[in-house]
Amino acid sequence: MLPIDHYLFLGLALFIIGVIGVITRRNVIVVLMSIELILNAVNINLVAFSRLYGDVAGQVFALFIIADAAAEAAVGLGIIIAFFRNRETVLEDEMDLLKW
Amino acid sequence: MLDNVLFYVFAGLAVASAVLTVTRRNAVHSAIFLITALLATAGIFLQLRAEFLFIVQIILYVGGIMVLFVFVIMLVNLDVAVRQIQFARQKWVALVVALALAAQVGLMFWSSGKMPGQGLPVQTAVAADKLLPNSEELAASLFKSYLLPFEIASVLLLVAMIGAVVMAKKRTYRSDASH
Amino acid sequence: MNAALQATMDFLKLYWAPLLCGVAVVAILPLVAGYIVLVERKIMADMQARLGPMRVGPHGLLQPIADAVKLLIKEDIIPDNADKLVFWLAPVLSVAAALLALAGLAIGPAFQIAPNINIGLLFVVGVSAMGIFGIVLGGWASNSHYSLMGALRSSAQLVSYETAAGLALVSGLLFAGTLNINLIVKAQFDQGIWFGMLAPVALFTYLVASIAETNRAPFDLPEAESELVAGYMTEFSGFRWSLYFLAEYTNMIVVASVATTLFLGGWLRPFPRTHWLDMIDFLPPLLMVAIGVYCVVRVPKQPVRVQQLFMLAVAGLCFVVALVLLAPVVAPKLNPSLAEAVKPFYAGIHGGFWFLFKVSAYIYMFMWLRFTLPRYRFDQLMRLGWHFLIPLSIINVLVVGVAMIAGNYFHLQGWTMLLVTTPAAFIALVAALAILAVDKGGGNEPDRSAASDFYAG
Repeated sequence: MLPIDHYLFLGLALFIIGVIGVITRRNVIVVLMSIELILNAVNINLVAFSRLYGDVAGQVFALFIIADAAAEAAVGLGIIIAFFRNRETVLEDEMDLLKW
Repeated sequence: MLDNVLFYVFAGLAVASAVLTVTRRNAVHSAIFLITALLATAGIFLQLRAEFLFIVQIILYVGGIMVLFVFVIMLVNLDVAVRQIQFARQKWVALVVALALAAQVGLMFWSSGKMPGQGLPVQTAVAADKLLPNSEELAASLFKSYLLPFEIASVLLLVAMIGAVVMAKKRTYRSDASH
Repeated sequence: MNAALQATMDFLKLYWAPLLCGVAVVAILPLVAGYIVLVERKIMADMQARLGPMRVGPHGLLQPIADAVKLLIKEDIIPDNADKLVFWLAPVLSVAAALLALAGLAIGPAFQIAPNINIGLLFVVGVSAMGIFGIVLGGWASNSHYSLMGALRSSAQLVSYETAAGLALVSGLLFAGTLNINLIVKAQFDQGIWFGMLAPVALFTYLVASIAETNRAPFDLPEAESELVAGYMTEFSGFRWSLYFLAEYTNMIVVASVATTLFLGGWLRPFPRTHWLDMIDFLPPLLMVAIGVYCVVRVPKQPVRVQQLFMLAVAGLCFVVALVLLAPVVAPKLNPSLAEAVKPFYAGIHGGFWFLFKVSAYIYMFMWLRFTLPRYRFDQLMRLGWHFLIPLSIINVLVVGVAMIAGNYFHLQGWTMLLVTTPAAFIALVAALAILAVDKGGGNEPDRSAASDFYAG
């Protein structure tokens, strides 16, 4: 295993790229994909520390995060499909039904 | 030596794929690069000797979630969306804020060895050949110490499944055709 | 620089055998896949009372080579608005996933590309699941309606049956207690019984699910010629199409190998622990001798001199293989001191033979079903997967678990475990059929909503 800060910097890089994706892109599907990047960065962090301390709890936590990400992606994409059927758009600026 | 090479290869692939994911115009291209990023993350897991998590990442994330993404992208495939502006109006402010966050956290990691009394953990990991078998250890932990979160996670997945099906279902009007 | 060179040399010294196996598999597999196609055409012909390919080479044995050459020299057509990156990537993804899945498998105890993976079986299943992307992206990149519909149908089918296949494997793994392929076969040796006999419902479920996983008949609607032209493969021509095709047959081999390893005893001969049945060890050489004798007997019936010589050559090859198979069995009887030295050769050679024999039997079953059963309509296919196979496999996992606990309580082992697992299998089957019967009453009218677009017709 390399020194822990290698993995921390990798996690940070992926996290920041995910954050930039979430707050910059207009296409809602790409925003969801960037959220997956953020979750992966957190997973890398958890697994790296799990290896460092020899405690498998980090991997168990990462496993739950993956299961959670699956649930969230399914529900999020369901919402997108339902919205698309009504408004024919996937751009977040145009999803302003509550505006008057 | 092989460890280091593998880490740098997978890390480079992950970061490059992530950058490409958030910058492509075409959503299917973004999805493909996200698949590459997820595979690279799985490689990092393997390099950290988390074998079960490596294969779970491939089966669930790449083989499940990304298939779902690609299906939905094909369902909402809009040719017109590809020609519109891809980045929101706040992109420069957003970029500055994100880079500030990155600089803060990066500085924290970098300087944590330099101040007295603080720092990243200095212990070294267990040598790779002395590790216990990963699947068995994870399974023991999952079904003994973390049984309750496991059950809650399964209920969560059930709820999410029902929710997704209900939301994506088309409303059927059984009475008559006029609606 | 020196450190890098030293590290490379160390790596090669440690892993030269797996690397060699890997290179051998990747080099030989396209040829093997081509010959499996020839075997399929011959079996199809036999079941349809005709002869099959006979022209190219003696008895059509050079047909795959002719097909390969034809495919390689065909023009590479890319549709007009096709996405070039994805169009190039899709067949590559399919083939890469299929070939990588082979890396986790073991043909006999001596031939393993990645030895002793902790997650062995799960690795094979997971990596072969990545082949779905090759199909979905290929259909999308072709920029054609038939391709997209075929791709979406095919991937929906694959995803549905993957769950059933995985749960069927879980039932088998309950007996093995490990995911490591060597240890699974060793567990079958220790218990003296194939797990397919302890979990017959799981074997049946995996058989059906694996036929659906590889897009074979009767589940081949996505690629049937009369339905959607060729489904997702419509716009791919020449070498690209042969990559998809190689991926499909490699997937067949992978799925058959997984079933053989977990359910059919892997590389063990039938009854591996009963020593009074050791005469079964003479079956492999006898089989090869029988094939050789048959070839020799048919030599005078050949019309052309070249074909006669060819049959003699095949017979000679069979006799050589029979000798190789006979040697490790006979040598300890002639010279008892050789017994220990010959053991690894026996395990490797006979293990390899039995493994390939069982894989071939499984693939023959695939082909037999293809030429016998009519095709399922897509909604019938999805209904079978979700309403029958998945409940069946879930109930089976439950019931097999209970049976195992009961067996362990009464200290049953091996063959005696059948006492608890057979009633368990019966209960699981009855329960699943009950669910199907109840469901049949309510779900017969076609869903009029447009969400079932993909399943229409």
